[in-house]
Amino acid sequence: MMGFIWFWLVAIMIVGYVVLDGFDLGVGVLHLFLPQTERERRATLASIGPVWDGNEVWLLAGGGTLYFAFPLLYASAFSGFYLPLMIVLWLLILRGVCLELRNHIDVGVWRGLLDGLFGLSSGLLTIFFGAALANVLRGVPLQADGYFFLPLWTNWQPGVHPGILDWYTVIGGLVALVALTLHGALWLALKTSGALGHRARSIAKPLLAALIALTLASLGATITVRPASLDNYFKYPSTFIIPAGVVASLACIWIFNRSPLRPQPLKAFLASCFYLFFMLAGACWGLYPTLLPATTGSERDITLLRAISGPHTLAVGLAWWAFGMALAVAYVVFVYSKFRGKVDLQGDAH
Amino acid sequence: MECALPTQERLLQEFPMTAELIHRLHFAFTITFHYLFPQLTMGLGLLIVVLKSVALRTGSEAWDRSARFWGRIFGINFVFGVVTGIPMEFEFGTNWARFSQLSGGVIGQPLAMEGVFSFFLESAFLGLFLYGEKRISRFMHWFSAVMVFVGSWISGFFIIVTDAWMQHPVAYDRLPNGQFEVLSFWQLLLNPWGLLQYAHNMTGAVVTGSFVMSAVGAFYLLEGRRENYARIFLKVGVIAGVISSILIIFPTGDLHGKYVARYQPAAIAGMEGLFKTEEGAGMVLIGQPNEETGLIDNPIVVNDALSFLIYGTTKAEVKGLDQIPRDQWPTALPLLYYAYHIMAGLGTWFAVLMMGSAFLLWRKRLYKARWALWALLLSFPLPYIANTAGWMTAELGRQPWLIFGLMRTSEGYSNTVSASNGLFTLLGFMGLYALLGILFTVLIYREISSGPEQAAIEKKAVHAG
Ligand code: HDD
Ligand code: HEM
Ligand code: HEM
Repeated sequence: MMGFIWFWLVAIMIVGYVVLDGFDLGVGVLHLFLPQTERERRATLASIGPVWDGNEVWLLAGGGTLYFAFPLLYASAFSGFYLPLMIVLWLLILRGVCLELRNHIDVGVWRGLLDGLFGLSSGLLTIFFGAALANVLRGVPLQADGYFFLPLWTNWQPGVHPGILDWYTVIGGLVALVALTLHGALWLALKTSGALGHRARSIAKPLLAALIALTLASLGATITVRPASLDNYFKYPSTFIIPAGVVASLACIWIFNRSPLRPQPLKAFLASCFYLFFMLAGACWGLYPTLLPATTGSERDITLLRAISGPHTLAVGLAWWAFGMALAVAYVVFVYSKFRGKVDLQGDAH
Repeated sequence: MECALPTQERLLQEFPMTAELIHRLHFAFTITFHYLFPQLTMGLGLLIVVLKSVALRTGSEAWDRSARFWGRIFGINFVFGVVTGIPMEFEFGTNWARFSQLSGGVIGQPLAMEGVFSFFLESAFLGLFLYGEKRISRFMHWFSAVMVFVGSWISGFFIIVTDAWMQHPVAYDRLPNGQFEVLSFWQLLLNPWGLLQYAHNMTGAVVTGSFVMSAVGAFYLLEGRRENYARIFLKVGVIAGVISSILIIFPTGDLHGKYVARYQPAAIAGMEGLFKTEEGAGMVLIGQPNEETGLIDNPIVVNDALSFLIYGTTKAEVKGLDQIPRDQWPTALPLLYYAYHIMAGLGTWFAVLMMGSAFLLWRKRLYKARWALWALLLSFPLPYIANTAGWMTAELGRQPWLIFGLMRTSEGYSNTVSASNGLFTLLGFMGLYALLGILFTVLIYREISSGPEQAAIEKKAVHAG
């Protein structure tokens, strides 16, 4: 029971991270080509300025929760994905610093460089996150002691000894890139006005088309690579509501973003949040109660029971977690409500 | 005497590049760099609240601008703290997997609490403090400053609790599979070691904040510009500086030392370079410990002082390294000894300098005393050195234990990550952090030279970040 609760609590934190940091990563990618004047570039960045750091905290809080609830999983996955995680860290550092520096350095050449690096690191991060999730869904070559170490790639096939990148995880990376870029575009459409907001809305259309294609491809690929992903769904058919939710969210994005008939940017953005939620929930449900499947035989899987912390730890954790997250959600709501409405370039400087 | 160049094997024998060593260096390097930023965050957080409170009470525009100016510096510093802090959280898993697997149930809790209780708070209110001034009332702006301060101090608390559990494990049990688990939430948080360490460490952060603030004040006065702001900075910096420089020695440092002596005798013996158990042990002021001979080279010793400091009487017996099995000696003795002496030596200088400056301030002579201003200006890097040396003392003194008395460092690192992979990423971090260090210095220097007046001008640029 405790295992079930903590599995879903960790999943919620991951969803929180993807939905929130997702749009500022997506805005980072769009920042490369969407804004056309310096003013528009500032507005683009100002739309995420006060919130990106708080969004990143979901990653840390989620990581910490995973760490104490499932220490074996944390230890095994983090050491096994050593190299790509270090690259992720460097990208996160680069991204944060570029964003900060950009506001302090006003020489044109440097600005261009920083803008480029910021966009590039944002894009690479989305790809890495998607590929990471795909690695977990596909499974890794776990040894008997629960550890593994993956090279960056082997023969690009998801077999017994895959690399971090193979055709399957590359699809995962692309889904994340497109989904989060779209998410970012819808955020910009919501937060900015004029030509910029208009362009954000138009670019969302081809992105949505690409996302629909990629979503289908990734579903098919997942079933091929790990047929067991469907087991839970057939056992509890009512849970097919999750994939139905994916389809419905995609449809809603399309409906609310159609510009001739009254565009409704807030609803379109929320639909995109739900898309991310359903995709991740679907993936988690496909895994449950496995946390990290082994390509080397299912008896080596890291399962919930194998990785869960002791009962006292979890009881203590539940007591403060519920209270702390309620507070955290309150801050998030408070800050977003203070910064609601369109970006105001004059008033929001410090 | 052999004079041949050392062969490859001999070098490796004397200085083996083992995975254990690389992972230790990896962690030590990244955390030491990280801690350069939070110490200023936590120190300045408090001082900004002081500035904001005076501004709110008196309605003084100069104090408000001062707060805004330090807020901008805080913001830059904060970003560097964030980006160097994220790797720390990952490294428990990437570089210390076996340690994390067994201790995650305990260590992971305060780390997760740090995220949940403090980072959310801090980032939310910092966003408001830096970007939202136009959107909120004066009182709300003051309140945001307070919450940012509270957030950073809570963050420090949870991380110290984490460290304190490794120094002095409490309230735990072991499951059959070897994992540790927490038995009591409150005992974990109220670990007496942690409370002492917290008091000492936070005082150290205020020392850093006040030295930096005083140094900028001194800099402006020496340059002969912005004298009204310089006076504010010096006043706040020196008053906070004198209080914290005294508190850091007494009672916090003193009590902390006594606690270490009680529970980690090997650490205190190493810190003091005490090879032989002595009654009326002396305190070595200067001298180099020699592990081979077990003696201090060229020592200058104050007789009986150590016994007195630890036990309050000059004749008490202090345990030396001779009473401790060799395999439990701290692994880097000379480094431990130097680190401790640097911290304590600098602590003495801080107290002297700040008491002198406070006296001048009281007699209204500080703003004209150029030699004192120079001393304040040049001393600003020293608290960083003292804080780093303090952490080296704590962490090296804990060796060879990763969790004191329970798990050795050699049992904790990730053995699936080879030494060469670790070395690669360590070098990567060194390169990246060197670059960050330069960028940080440039940014801060620009802020300081453009000064607090800037903070009043409506800037067209949007500050995102
Ligand atoms: C401005 C910084 C600063 C200054 C001037 C001092 N300290 Fe310190 N000290 C720290 C900053 C620090 C620190 C960075 O905050 C440490 C590292 C771990 C901790 O909690 O605090 C620390 C640790 C630390 C320890 C713990 C070692 C361990 O845990 O094994 C002792 C015994 C002392 N200090 C004692 C002193 C004494 C007697 C000082 C008197 C001059 C002193 N410190 C000055
Ligand atoms: C409170 C948070 C901290 C935790 C949980 C922590 C934990 C650790 C761990 C796991 C290691 C590696 C294992 C070992 O060598 O014992 C380590 C080593 C080290 N840490 Fe810390 N540390 C913390 C804070 C700091 C800070 C702030 C500094 C310095 C400014 C620091 C300096 C070092 C050094 C120098 C080592 C290397 C010691 C050695 O290898 O012998 N630590 N610490
Ligand atoms: C292993 C140890 C450590 C880990 C895992 C760690 C982790 C982090 C992370 C992830 C952040 C960024 C938070 C954000 O996104 O807002 C951060 C910032 C911070 N850390 Fe650390 N940290 C460690 C050591 C320390 C130590 C020893 C202290 C002080 C005693 C400290 C105090 C802070 C503070 C006050 C901040 C927020 C302000 C700032 O970023 O400058 N941390 N830390």
